[in-house]
Amino acid sequence: MTTAAKELKTKELTISMGPQHPATHGVLRLVLDLDGETVVKCTPHVGYLHRGTEKLAENRTYISALPLMDRLDYISSMSNDVGYCVAVERLFGIEAPERAKYIRTIMSEMTRISSHIIGVATHALDIGAMTLFLYSFRDRELLLDLFEMTCGARLTVSYPRIGGVRNDVSQEFLDKLYEFTEGFPKIIEDQYETLIDQNRIWLQRTKGIGVISAEDAINWGLTGPTLRGSGVPYDVRKYAPYDAYDKVEFDVPVGKNGDVYDRYKCRMEELRQSNRIIRQCIEKLPTGPVMTPDAPKFTLPPKDKVLSDMESLIHHFVLITKGPIAAPEGEIYVATEVPKGELGFYIISDGTGRPYRLRLRAPSFVHVSVLPKLCEGAILPDVIANIGTIDIVLGECDR
Amino acid sequence: MEPKEIVELIKDRFPAEIKEIKEFREQVSVIAKKDRIKEIMRYLHDAPELYFDYLEDLCGVDNMGKKEPRFDVVYHLYSMRHRHMIRIKAEVPEDDCAIDSVTEIWAGADWHERECWDLFGIKFDGHPDLRRILLPEDWEGYPLRKDYPLKADLGEMEWKGYKEVLETAERNKQYEVDR
Repeated sequence: MTTAAKELKTKELTISMGPQHPATHGVLRLVLDLDGETVVKCTPHVGYLHRGTEKLAENRTYISALPLMDRLDYISSMSNDVGYCVAVERLFGIEAPERAKYIRTIMSEMTRISSHIIGVATHALDIGAMTLFLYSFRDRELLLDLFEMTCGARLTVSYPRIGGVRNDVSQEFLDKLYEFTEGFPKIIEDQYETLIDQNRIWLQRTKGIGVISAEDAINWGLTGPTLRGSGVPYDVRKYAPYDAYDKVEFDVPVGKNGDVYDRYKCRMEELRQSNRIIRQCIEKLPTGPVMTPDAPKFTLPPKDKVLSDMESLIHHFVLITKGPIAAPEGEIYVATEVPKGELGFYIISDGTGRPYRLRLRAPSFVHVSVLPKLCEGAILPDVIANIGTIDIVLGECDR
Repeated sequence: MEPKEIVELIKDRFPAEIKEIKEFREQVSVIAKKDRIKEIMRYLHDAPELYFDYLEDLCGVDNMGKKEPRFDVVYHLYSMRHRHMIRIKAEVPEDDCAIDSVTEIWAGADWHERECWDLFGIKFDGHPDLRRILLPEDWEGYPLRKDYPLKADLGEMEWKGYKEVLETAERNKQYEVDR
């Protein structure tokens, strides 16, 4: 070594990535200590989108806290609402009617499709494959149109209700959705997978990157496809079924190596399974009411009754202003499988119309916390791949 | 394993630590003292017949005016192998607002504990990096405590960062063009 080279000194470089960075999927900030291109230390900073959802919910009635749940994971708002309603129903000890359960299952799975295709598409976009992004937004549009047809909103839907759903779905909705499910598996194969599955750049950037073992993944509390990519078949829909999940057949896809590629594969396979669930639900959809009729102390009466029946009007008024005042005292933890992972609601009720404590166990929050483990020792471009693969939404992470 | 059997096992092992058992809608809560909480958790994690390998959730609860001690730290544990769950509630008094960290047992507890510190002001002894997480680092107060107002005009007590924004807006007014 020459004397000049000996005198050269290297030092670590600290860079701040985000909160305004296109690959951070929102307002995530990472402080990266780099040694050349290798990440030595990665420190995530979250909280830019903190709105105090838990504090707000404690000061609202059970019914009026529902719209807050839309705004957690805003690209899969329907699943959050369903999860909240299932949790509150179990706390109150009431059950939604069969038809409402099937409708909610359909809606949850539609959300899963639209969330997964966005997740994979933005992930691919970050890595450099743009076409998938355009195709997936075209298909997501069809699903959002169907949401709009049913409840009038596309993004923040607030469609499920404690004790059922707001209104019944139309036959036109079911026909259109069924038509969509007939063509969708072919779209996945022909338009999504062919674009990236044999793409050498995609494979090099995903295979063997961001590996986490099954044991570590459980220890870190990962859930959803992020966990299943490591080969753990944990799925709340199978382990503790809610709504109509125990009445439909579906498989839980798992990966083997726990790398970015396996997690992507899991999401792709889950699209097919969701499609399968929707088809079964439409075929088996029972007739009947969509709001539970026997619990006027907990749930809003049907709108036509409110306009024609004195007692229903009174119930409606009391429920909106004071909340379900007959809520039992107790505490309950209910987990539901949203597209990102396990969304848990821990509700403590003190017998008034408002939750005493409403804790949200958000999957994105847990998934961001594992980023240092995935990124440290990897190179800088892999940080982008790792952010994409954990599929986070910062609205849910920061609450 | 049924929740009641799990409770029996914990009771046999730590008879002095368990204060109360509550059941609601088939979910069992074990209310424990905080002093040996890490040992209890280590036992729940390691014992082969229990094997709670997955910490579903960790959060704080403020029981101001409802009961003493004021705070609870609630652990929801799940076993992937045996598919059973249990809820442990550790009581934390206000004047000694600290509890042992369980990050050595479950790595996922790290951020949950930071959040609990951030929003409730419960300290976790042995946590590797206990900083505020959702709120700015120079924030004062713990918002999820029941005596923290939902909405108030804080005046001089307002957060420094927000005051800076207001001052900048005020200063920039001189550059506004009269149209």
